[in-house]
Amino acid sequence: MPTEILDIAVFTTLAALVATIVMLPPGIGLAWVLARHQFRGKAIVETLASLPLVMPPVATGLMLLWLVGRRGPVGRALAPFGIEIVFTPAAVVLAMAIMGLPLLVRTARAGFEQVTKRYEQMAETLGARPWRVFTTVTLPLASRNILAGALLGFTRALGEFGATIVVAGSIPGRTRTLAVGIYTYTETGQDARAASLLAVSVTLAFGAALIANRLARVD
Amino acid sequence: MADAATRMPPQFELRFLMTQGAFTVAADLEIAARAIALFGPSGSGKTTILEVIAGLRSPKQGRITVCGRILCDTDTHTNVPVRDRHVGYVPQDVLLFPHLDVRRNVTYAQPRRRHIDMPDLDQLLGLTTLMDRKVSGLSGGERQRVALARALYSGPDVLLLDEPLAAVDLARRRLILDTLVAIRDELRVPLVYVTHSPEEARAIADYAIVLDEGNVIAAGVPDDVLP
Repeated sequence: MPTEILDIAVFTTLAALVATIVMLPPGIGLAWVLARHQFRGKAIVETLASLPLVMPPVATGLMLLWLVGRRGPVGRALAPFGIEIVFTPAAVVLAMAIMGLPLLVRTARAGFEQVTKRYEQMAETLGARPWRVFTTVTLPLASRNILAGALLGFTRALGEFGATIVVAGSIPGRTRTLAVGIYTYTETGQDARAASLLAVSVTLAFGAALIANRLARVD
Repeated sequence: MADAATRMPPQFELRFLMTQGAFTVAADLEIAARAIALFGPSGSGKTTILEVIAGLRSPKQGRITVCGRILCDTDTHTNVPVRDRHVGYVPQDVLLFPHLDVRRNVTYAQPRRRHIDMPDLDQLLGLTTLMDRKVSGLSGGERQRVALARALYSGPDVLLLDEPLAAVDLARRRLILDTLVAIRDELRVPLVYVTHSPEEARAIADYAIVLDEGNVIAAGVPDDVLP
């Protein structure tokens, strides 16, 4: 396999992994809040959390660009520290994380909703403080769904295209991912390279789907 | 040190009104007893009383004290959090943590200063052979023993038991009942015991509360108030 193709495959997999790790804490937190709490504006938070699922990914990418671009509020805040996000690997991770987050939140939320509150109450009667209840009872009992959600988020990140190309571009050796690479090579008539990336994509997707199905089977 | 016979029995105060939708449970009792039986048909409010003591439900008004310690007093806005109530609660479905093995279930609570030593618990409940097993493979009687051990491990001020013999086969009932008597007399942990059975209530309790539709219809020495 040409080095360039291998580099793109490794970069995409690593970026998707980092994106999955990045989305886990806010994803789990948000899923738990939505599953366990009633508050004003909950419907708005729910809708916002699922927005990347229903919006065109390119539109999500454009919103991210406005947010973290040089003139955007986040971009401007980070500029004094010499941090730039747009058209960097960080932008790839950001786009992947934002696009994968709704899948994680939905699946993890269903997991938290399935955990009987009475287990948590039992832990409380045994003297456990809220954080201990969460980490030793709630989280382990919802872990299957969280894992499944993380895997869904990861596979979504692997295939991310629309938001990535807007906010990170297609810079060879820097921000080019599998999906973006396939598009770029096809556009520029490099069909052999596009086909190689396609083969890698299919292999990775096959592997991820296989693991997901196994996870779903194991009791 | 005074022995069990000469000790003052533990003091309880159950004065509260609890409403949940149309259902109301009310009690107005001051009790000195080592074991209290809550007796009555299904839906009479027995479990609700256990949950009010454990802090899992809050009374609309009233005052709960266990062994002289105020757990809840709506007049002074006192409401001790569940985790600080020092109760050992064994619900009817025991609710062992399904993702932890027996050992980690039993030792889930942080032992308090006045806790019960593991060898004593083991001797009382015969846990050695169960310790490394998964909870999913336990029989009804074994689950009950593990749940009792988990509730006792931290050294609770009171043990709240919701029909502990319901899921235990007849042959094992006597065994568990003897164990509960030992918990009451040797470990000196007072019991509040929910049951449908007047025989069980007589065997374990020195005070019985008879409930019907959320109201206390009789309370006193078991032989006087139980059918």
